[in-house]
Amino acid sequence: MDELSQVICDYVRREYLEEDDEREIAEDTRLISGGIVDSFSMVSLKRFLEKKYQIQIPDAAATPDAFDTVRSIVALVHQFQKVSAHA
Amino acid sequence: MAFINSIRNSYQVELEEIRDAGLFKQERYIHSPQGAEIEVEFPVGSKPRRCINICSNNYLGLSSHPEVIAAAHAGLDSRGYGMSSVRFICGTQDIHRELENQLTEFLGTEDTLLFPSCMDANCGFFEACLNDQDVMIADRLVHASIVDGMRLCKAMQDTFKHSDMGHLEEKLQEHMDKRRRIILTDGVFSMDGDMAKLDRIADLAEKYDAMVFLDDSHATGFIGKTGRGTHEHCGVLGQIDVITTTLGKAMGGASGGCVSGRRELVEMCRQHARPYLFSNSVPPVIVAAAIKVLELITRTTERRDKLEWNAKYWRGLLKNAGFDIKEGESPIVPVMLYDAKLAQDFARDLFSEGVYAVGFFFPVVPKGQARIRTQLSAAHEKAHLDSAIEAFRKVGEKYGILGLGKKELIARCAP
Repeated sequence: MDELSQVICDYVRREYLEEDDEREIAEDTRLISGGIVDSFSMVSLKRFLEKKYQIQIPDAAATPDAFDTVRSIVALVHQFQKVSAHA
Repeated sequence: MAFINSIRNSYQVELEEIRDAGLFKQERYIHSPQGAEIEVEFPVGSKPRRCINICSNNYLGLSSHPEVIAAAHAGLDSRGYGMSSVRFICGTQDIHRELENQLTEFLGTEDTLLFPSCMDANCGFFEACLNDQDVMIADRLVHASIVDGMRLCKAMQDTFKHSDMGHLEEKLQEHMDKRRRIILTDGVFSMDGDMAKLDRIADLAEKYDAMVFLDDSHATGFIGKTGRGTHEHCGVLGQIDVITTTLGKAMGGASGGCVSGRRELVEMCRQHARPYLFSNSVPPVIVAAAIKVLELITRTTERRDKLEWNAKYWRGLLKNAGFDIKEGESPIVPVMLYDAKLAQDFARDLFSEGVYAVGFFFPVVPKGQARIRTQLSAAHEKAHLDSAIEAFRKVGEKYGILGLGKKELIARCAP
């Protein structure tokens, strides 16, 4: 797993799971549709990514689909890192 | 444009998907007043049958109380049927003020403002009192109406793990750069029946200069020694900045809600809360009945005492029978089944045994957390509960779930 994926997995585990929760968080684990993160609580993950990677994710792009897996979140971060680089 | 066939068809497909997922909810028609026993028509078209109701918010048994009904009649006669107005135009009667004053005294706050419902109170409060310089930090299991209210507000949103004071403290520390911080919690959580650690929340609020918002809809009237709510139970009367609650549960069960708390916050709602400004005034009949309810519950604590006994007794019965229940002290006792279909089948079979309860499943509760949410009432007699547990036991044996823990129950229904 690459570093960005690992950072996201670690954050999800720390922020959303109880200490005794044995569920695995892998790159394709369904976070929102799988009931691990609800869309209401997703905002803190968005803010974490924006702060850590110095990017801005527009609300329109911060959809439940875009945040449903670690893989899709990684793609989102890369997308807006490019936007920042070109700004 | 008319509701053209293609649009109709597309909705029919969506509705069919809900049915196929086993998540379709159906109403059942009740042919009697609300009470410990009700007459229910189910399936539709069948002869109504009498059954024990173990799923209402009629916590104090006042929804059909003769004195409450008499007060409602008197209110209709003296103050009419409807105000045909929002509050600030010509929708405020003397009895609205009287009820607000009485709620202020009962809840131990500075001021109170009535709303058409607690849903409206929750939807109106945040936008009226906070802006983009502020942050709302909500327990992850707050009621849906609080989530809706937060979404209408421009303040930053954040959440903390359910009842996790360590996580809440981290969030408060994270947001010290905001102008105002407000912690949001239910008093008694509606789906799990557990209680907020309000004393510790109040301590953290003081430490980090935060306000506390409490939705006490499942507590007002019966939690705490004199039924004032979760703040009384936790020994923090006077320390909660804003309390919203409903008149639609223990407090008569019709409708109506309120915001009660610091004078300035209530006045901001009076000036800016959209449901207050744009929705009809609480009808006089409901106000009159609510005033009587307050009189009844401050006259004696016998109803809330009986409810407390019923809840303890019912929990014991369920545990002895081998059901997996959520621990707690409130009269909300979820019987955990985890699988949505099982919850629906269980409720259907309970009805055949003379007990009325409803299966709760997604989106009302998270996926994989389906349950029968049982709720006690002061109207329940011991005989009702003894009868009900026999029905639960029989249905539990039918599905082979008695004595199973969470993992076994989940594994039982796994595809």
